[in-house]
Amino acid sequence: MADPITPVLTKRWLSPNSWRLSTYEQLEGYTAIKNALRKPQEQIVALIKDAGLRGRGGAGFPAGVKWSFMPQTSDPARPHYLVINADEGEPGTCKDIPLMMADPHSLIEGCIIASYAMRANHCFIYVRGEVLHCIRRLHAAVREAYDAGYLGNDILGSGFDLDITVHAGAGAYICGEETALLDSLEGRRGQPRLKPPFPAAAGLYAKPTTVNNVETIATVPYIVNGGSDWFREMGTEKSPGPKIYSVSGHVENPGQYEAPLGTTLRELLELAGGMKDGVPLKFWTPGGSSTPLLTADHMDVPLDFEGAAEAGSMLGTTAIMVFNETVSVPWAVMKWTRFYEHESCGKCTPCREGTFWLAQVLERMVEGRGTEEDIDTMLDVCDNILGRSFCALGDGAVSPIESGIKYFRDEFLALCEDNKAKQSDSALVGASA
Amino acid sequence: MTTEDLLAGSSKTTAPEETETEVPEGHVKLVVDGEEVVAPEGELLIRTAERLGTVIPRFCDHPLLDPAGACRQCLVEVEMNGRPMPKPQASCTMTVADGMVVKTHRTSRVAEKAQEGVMELLLINHPLDCPVCDKGGECPLQNQAMAHGRSTSRFVDTKRTFPKPLPISSQVLLDRERCVLCQRCTRFSEQIAGDPFIDLLERGAHQQIGTAETADIFDMASTTSSGTPFQSYFSGNTIQICPVGALTSAAYRFRSRPFDLVSSPSVCEHCSSGCALRTDFRRGKVMRRLAGDDPDVNEEWSCDKGRFAFRYANAADRIRRPLLRDDSGELVEASWTEALRRAADALVAARDGNGAGVLTGGRLTVEDAYAYTKFARIALRSNDIDFRARAHSAEELEFLASSVVGTTPEHVSYASLEKAPAVLCVAFEPEDESPIVFLRLRKAARDKGTKVFHIGQWTTSSVRKTLGELLACQPGGEAAAVDGIADHAKDLDAALSSDGAVVLVGERAAEVPGLFGAVQRLAERTGAQVAWVPRRAGERGALEVGAVPTLLPGGAPVADADARRALETSWGLDAGTLPAEPGRDTAAMLAAAASGELDALVVAGVDPDDLPDPAAARNALANVGFVLSLEMRPSAVTEHADVVLPIAPVDEKTGTFLDWEGRERPFTVTLEGTGALPDCRVLDTLAVEMNADLFTQTAQAAWADFDRARVPKGTFGTPDVPKVPFGTPPAPADAVRLATWRQLIDNGSLEADEPHLADTARTPVLRMSRVTAERHGVTRGEQATISTDRGALTLPVEFADLPDDVVWAPARSPESIRGVLGAGHGAGVTLAGGAR
Amino acid sequence: MTESTEVFDADIHAKAAEIIGRYPVARSALLPMLHLVQSVQGYVSQEGISFCAEQLDLTDAEVSAVVTFYTMYKRKPCGEHLVSVCTNTLCAAMGGDAIYKKLAGHLGENGTPLGHEQTSGTPGEQGSITLEHAECLAACDLAPVLQVNYEYYDNQTEQSAVELVDALRKGERPQPTRGAPLTDLKSAEQQLAGFFPDEEQFTADVDGPSAAEETLRGATLAQDRGWVAPAMRDEEANHG
Repeated sequence: MADPITPVLTKRWLSPNSWRLSTYEQLEGYTAIKNALRKPQEQIVALIKDAGLRGRGGAGFPAGVKWSFMPQTSDPARPHYLVINADEGEPGTCKDIPLMMADPHSLIEGCIIASYAMRANHCFIYVRGEVLHCIRRLHAAVREAYDAGYLGNDILGSGFDLDITVHAGAGAYICGEETALLDSLEGRRGQPRLKPPFPAAAGLYAKPTTVNNVETIATVPYIVNGGSDWFREMGTEKSPGPKIYSVSGHVENPGQYEAPLGTTLRELLELAGGMKDGVPLKFWTPGGSSTPLLTADHMDVPLDFEGAAEAGSMLGTTAIMVFNETVSVPWAVMKWTRFYEHESCGKCTPCREGTFWLAQVLERMVEGRGTEEDIDTMLDVCDNILGRSFCALGDGAVSPIESGIKYFRDEFLALCEDNKAKQSDSALVGASA
Repeated sequence: MTTEDLLAGSSKTTAPEETETEVPEGHVKLVVDGEEVVAPEGELLIRTAERLGTVIPRFCDHPLLDPAGACRQCLVEVEMNGRPMPKPQASCTMTVADGMVVKTHRTSRVAEKAQEGVMELLLINHPLDCPVCDKGGECPLQNQAMAHGRSTSRFVDTKRTFPKPLPISSQVLLDRERCVLCQRCTRFSEQIAGDPFIDLLERGAHQQIGTAETADIFDMASTTSSGTPFQSYFSGNTIQICPVGALTSAAYRFRSRPFDLVSSPSVCEHCSSGCALRTDFRRGKVMRRLAGDDPDVNEEWSCDKGRFAFRYANAADRIRRPLLRDDSGELVEASWTEALRRAADALVAARDGNGAGVLTGGRLTVEDAYAYTKFARIALRSNDIDFRARAHSAEELEFLASSVVGTTPEHVSYASLEKAPAVLCVAFEPEDESPIVFLRLRKAARDKGTKVFHIGQWTTSSVRKTLGELLACQPGGEAAAVDGIADHAKDLDAALSSDGAVVLVGERAAEVPGLFGAVQRLAERTGAQVAWVPRRAGERGALEVGAVPTLLPGGAPVADADARRALETSWGLDAGTLPAEPGRDTAAMLAAAASGELDALVVAGVDPDDLPDPAAARNALANVGFVLSLEMRPSAVTEHADVVLPIAPVDEKTGTFLDWEGRERPFTVTLEGTGALPDCRVLDTLAVEMNADLFTQTAQAAWADFDRARVPKGTFGTPDVPKVPFGTPPAPADAVRLATWRQLIDNGSLEADEPHLADTARTPVLRMSRVTAERHGVTRGEQATISTDRGALTLPVEFADLPDDVVWAPARSPESIRGVLGAGHGAGVTLAGGAR
Repeated sequence: MTESTEVFDADIHAKAAEIIGRYPVARSALLPMLHLVQSVQGYVSQEGISFCAEQLDLTDAEVSAVVTFYTMYKRKPCGEHLVSVCTNTLCAAMGGDAIYKKLAGHLGENGTPLGHEQTSGTPGEQGSITLEHAECLAACDLAPVLQVNYEYYDNQTEQSAVELVDALRKGERPQPTRGAPLTDLKSAEQQLAGFFPDEEQFTADVDGPSAAEETLRGATLAQDRGWVAPAMRDEEANHG
């Protein structure tokens, strides 16, 4: 049984100047590439598969399997690309940015190993534009890595070449969707692409491409050094390894807690010093606003991919947003819906028009002008968006609404009752006039 | 079949019938709504269903555009390997697979609800203005909302509004409230036309179609917008494929209701592309034209000229009665009897004197051109007839006789462009001169990997948008360039040597000595097929009927006695009646007319400004004894005419064009009973007055007569391949060399009365290299002048990658280069900064 | 047509070429190039659009389509500083909505609150501030957060936010909680385009603080309690 906190990715963060190459090298940095670049590519892919590393960007797809979709040969006419999804924007999610700020070289080392394993010679780190300090640190780290011979031609005499380009986005949540990210990286509007073809067949510039999350790739050097068995000492059978849980909101000590997958909210709250000022928990998200809300009844759900799904939600990005009893659920849902409306790319009808509609209904409801019928209409509109939109943004948009109404229908009804009461009052006033 | 039947049928999916359906190679077997169906691999589900008679509602889907999957209207349920897919799938993006089970809205409540849901979402922000919307009555959204939508809306909040309409060009107006963001227009512009001047702007619920002009970008300098409007020769197609009333045409907007219109299939009269069109009219007046659907020719597209330029037929100055020049020298209206008598007398006198020549122009139908041919041979007893109302040469005529006449689409067609490994365009600017050929070249290059090469002067839009490669040469140096391919462009030579390669030659080739010979040598060496793409709709047909001085109907040489004899028999003439000597070409006829060697000219739709020497042409018309003009509207020819006989525009007659492929493009009368007569009927009557029988009273009769009479060139031997010497023209001393051709939209006479179209014409400029400009003291963006001893033309300057000391100018935008300068492609002109 | 060379000098042309050089396909340079354009004018203008279109052989419409898609491209002149207040749900619940409202009122004039993406003061002049509400800025454990020129100011209150903008208006540049010493929006945009100050300044910028207490909480707690991840076996750690 692992300890409650298992600092792997976050271990170096405590060191002074943790972002510098010198610090990284002193703390076993760039030892994994020496190890990896000697091995056949297939062996590294197999290692990542054996470790059971699942994507940390939200969907949890097995990283090794994703890598194995890439062509197993090199063709100069069809270069391979690795693209790092550092477009962290899912509400509540705040793990990749601190990781890249505190320990950018772990990501770079992961990029080198992953690129080598997938026969890519150019890697792009697509980082959201609003995080200038993080971008700055990445640029500095990439420069240091080039100067030290970890990037460029013939890395450490291995014959492997790799260039890394840090690319700043420009403000669009949808670019976290991997095909939208590729379009954006190609200098276009970040709108999702049709699949198939999948990126491994035709991704960036229509060439074989893998898109991985920051945390996923930063985990790779540790697996290379520690082995798959070591990795599986943490977490669960199907969701192995450590995971950065970002605890925010109404807790005493919000922050980043790297714990084995499967840790429960009850355990995380304990680490975070409990609910702020002792005000009881009302609702929370296991992995960002696109994962359906859970309640105090779900304190003991193991927060791994399976546990969250069984509880009717999703693990997502392990962005634990904690809200206490002072927060109105319809209000919170309205705020999130506005977010999805703002960030809908506009490509498909259900998401574009649906979020526009739902936001208006919710705004009206929060202002006290909703009706009970609105609740049913909203649920039906959600049903017409969920699974009908082009990409998962539409699905994410309905999560807070459906789960909010599921667990807190009374709160929505109460707003409607108030409205009804107001209307009948005014009718009385009118009648007496 | 009821839904129950279908549902019962779907049980077949679990217990397939004993007899296995044969699945041909490259096909798969699947089940759609309980019905087993074999489909070609790669077919989209929406098409498979359509073949079974199930129309799945859709907006973004268009068979000629890349799949988008954006509107989500066409969702269906799909089962693979016995496992239902968790979400409904867009049938416009999913391809068939073996063993797939598909349930459309007909058999799946899930699919039906998904479609109803999307429809409701599409309508929440859509204005309820169908009664005043141009699209009302022919609107896919309206139709599908009626068929699949709810009768009431649950949306009670505030609709999204935009200012409207928003002009995105002088011709296309945008209503963003009606737009359902299917992106057909932007995808068409980017994929098909290569004109990404409209695009999506903003995002989410604010997303909208727009141009750089309409984008909400603060302009510090002027607070007015700059940027480029939607400038495309093909913009009208976006109006037609818009599935709602978001894009409307300035010309048609609010003019009619679709259900008040009568539609008639028609064929475009503007160029040799041969587009199928649909003409919609109401109460004897054409209201609009749309692209017809002809997969072999224009697919579903047309250019803006074909779509919008039809108002000339209703011009206020249309000639509707015969005109005679009176003693005071004025043209006055006269009766047909009087006019025909006068014309017949004059022509008989001319025939019996020094003779009369016939200039037919390139606008005639096959039937009308045939009537002129027969009229020249029988009534005027002469081979003095030529359709080429433009620069022409004897070499060209020999090329047409040896390589073009008699060819059909089996030789080179639109389809063969798509299949070709390589296409070489010589002296041909496809986007300007044959826009549908251009679209097909772009499609071939974009979708089929065809390599397109251009021998020309600069990287024009045609070069760029066909993803082409330019082989730059001096204007007039094209022949040398073609001959140099073997040594200097080995990749092109190899490409042209592969099976199915095509060489397209344009009308400008007639201005380059030796070019046709070089092209034929190239074809012989590489085996590439050669096709000629004339600019005008009637040229190919006029050639076929023998409206040239050296050929008989069908293409046999005039000089061939056996061919003449065959024709005499067919025409019921005495042996030896037909003139045996080849006639004069256009330039020779004009020269003869000017010098009194001809006594009369019969002129159909000819604009002297298109002729090689407009001044000489005007002089000839002024000096020849008698001019008979068959015209629709007053022109430079009617100015000199002694008799003007009104003839019918295409809408008011029946006929056939031959497109550049040699494909017959027959059409019937759209507006009946206007009283306007086709050329063939007028000539038939005139001939009777001259004691000759043409048997061309109607187009049908003319066609039948032509079909009987044609003597294929192969029957009686083929003319020799021309052997014309060429050399690169000598470099001008202090002059520059002129490259020029006509832009698609210019001041052509059939574009009259359509200001919205005219405003979309490309801005006339002089193009030259930076070096040329510097050498001649010319500044980019400012005016410069090209001149000859005849005259001068001033236009603003733009830079392009032309060879040094070459300047390009549009041939008729705004003025005729030949008219003003008396010079054409390849000529030396003087270039200087400033206006003259 | 405006000649974009009037606005964008040789240095910007060179930088644009350098951006294009980073990518296998030129069009990928568009997003950074638009940041570059903003670093010159403080917003993306019509000239800026034409400039990018010329460099990348695109139409103005294609560039406009991209500009209007992304929120970081501002389409009218901005202040010296851009203040972005996160008003997504969590920050909003923790005080972000109140902060935004307070700042809008404080920066507004004559009782009219400053609107989203509106500017207090004359755009481009010292002390001018453009205010916007932002979506989640990926610093939820430090809520409520705001940014000035995309540098973080964490754990804000209405009072601290007012003090911050007052200092900005006076021409002061308070140190971000996490980030480099504050400059201005144009300089930030140049860095987003991938162009950084000289070595010495760059090192100082890079070393700007980042180790917030919240960021390190789990690691610190583990250190205090002696919790560790399972040990890697030596042979794996050294050789594998």
